[in-house]
Amino acid sequence: MKILKYIVVILLVVIGFQSCKNTSNKKAEVVYQCPMKCEGEKTYTEPGSCSVCKMDLKPISEQVLKKIATDEISDNSIFNLTSKWNTEEGKTIQLEDLKGKTLVMVMIYTTCKAACPRLVADMRNIEKEIPRGLLGNINFVLVSIDPETDTPEKLKAFAIENYMDDEQWTFLQGSVSGVREFANVLAVKYKQISPLDFSHSNIISVFNAGGELVHQQEGLGVDNKETISKIIEITTK
Amino acid sequence: MNTIFRLIFGMLLFFTIHVNCQSKMVLIKGGTYIPLYGRDSLTVTIGDFQMDVYPVTNEEYLQFVKKYPKWRKSNVKSLFADANYLRGWKSDTILGDNQLLKAPITNISWFAANDYCECQGKRLPTIDEWEYVAMANEDIPDARILKNYNDFILAWYEKPKTFNNEIGSTFKNYWGVYDLHGLVWEWTSDFNSVLISGESRKDVDTDSNLFCGSAALGATDLMNYAAFMRYAIRGSSKAKYTMKNLGFRCVKDL
Repeated sequence: MKILKYIVVILLVVIGFQSCKNTSNKKAEVVYQCPMKCEGEKTYTEPGSCSVCKMDLKPISEQVLKKIATDEISDNSIFNLTSKWNTEEGKTIQLEDLKGKTLVMVMIYTTCKAACPRLVADMRNIEKEIPRGLLGNINFVLVSIDPETDTPEKLKAFAIENYMDDEQWTFLQGSVSGVREFANVLAVKYKQISPLDFSHSNIISVFNAGGELVHQQEGLGVDNKETISKIIEITTK
Repeated sequence: MNTIFRLIFGMLLFFTIHVNCQSKMVLIKGGTYIPLYGRDSLTVTIGDFQMDVYPVTNEEYLQFVKKYPKWRKSNVKSLFADANYLRGWKSDTILGDNQLLKAPITNISWFAANDYCECQGKRLPTIDEWEYVAMANEDIPDARILKNYNDFILAWYEKPKTFNNEIGSTFKNYWGVYDLHGLVWEWTSDFNSVLISGESRKDVDTDSNLFCGSAALGATDLMNYAAFMRYAIRGSSKAKYTMKNLGFRCVKDL
């Protein structure tokens, strides 16, 4: 009887430690498909030959794996950040939700009187130079460095006030730690000087559709030709 | 009766083991002081908080990577750490030959340090908090005007490879915290708030100005040359950088 009690105690402790782990083994099923896709996405469960082109059916797993690999975000992608953000429309997203479009990002705060209006103007000037047809594939993102003040409502008002309320503009409010982490990825420096005032670096960053940094423009009112050509280059590629 | 006693004993044992996993912390009583670089007003006010007595060790970090595989050397994403991450480790879970278990962990990025603290339910200290605790010597909370306090730090800067020493090998300060000076530099949560120029990669010239001390003239504390070195390192660091003399410790709000 005593031994039994000991066993129960030991078991409880062991279970307590083990409960953190979860192991799931998914077994992949092998599916076959014509390599030429004569019948579109039609798949077979048995090996054989294609009824149209007579080629041997290939197991699909390799192709699928390849597809996942290209879909997978790279080590350098900002989509590796898992922080949560609120948009000016009140939606909660992760950066990965922005995948698929060229991203032009800048960090600002709406109560700023000095540099931000010019940074925002720089963003608008870049947007103006982009061929209209490409705008559907580009997202201009303004990230607030003052998440405590810049609520989604404030950001929305700011967007309307600055004529930046179209589809291609996105404003983001993060958490204090999320913003700090994001700034570290962009190598943006900032410091709160007083409750509504920050000093910060003026950097506009361009990311490709996979979230990899391809270009940074530093300074205010600088020549934006290189930035614009880079945006067009990676969007049309 | 016996059974209940044994159960309680077992649970106590469990909790002691659990508590021991958490590194020792001490209470830091907040206050107001003038840091090297402040905000609009010169003084900074710090609230009460708890700070790790020692920097995080190789041993503790080893446990961490065992539990969180994404921070293993072979798994870590290049967005979050440069190529020197955990340099010298034999493998993902084996330290190098001359890396002591009780030596401070170094060659870790800000992202890694930040995540480590979060996983312990703690956080990295802010620059202001770190500097506040670090201005103490053995006896008084603010020893920055004392010559021997500054001499000690500057002498450390000349000592090679102190990162190989064990934790606790320097002095215990007024708050009961060890190794803030004399072992390794330490990450802070807002290291990227040191604005020497707009962007860290452009800081090369400014750094050399700082290192030769010419920028010291505008600061609030001319004596604290040692602190200039710390701010210069912070100002030129990027979050994915890893350095062999840069470690970290965590703090916790009350």
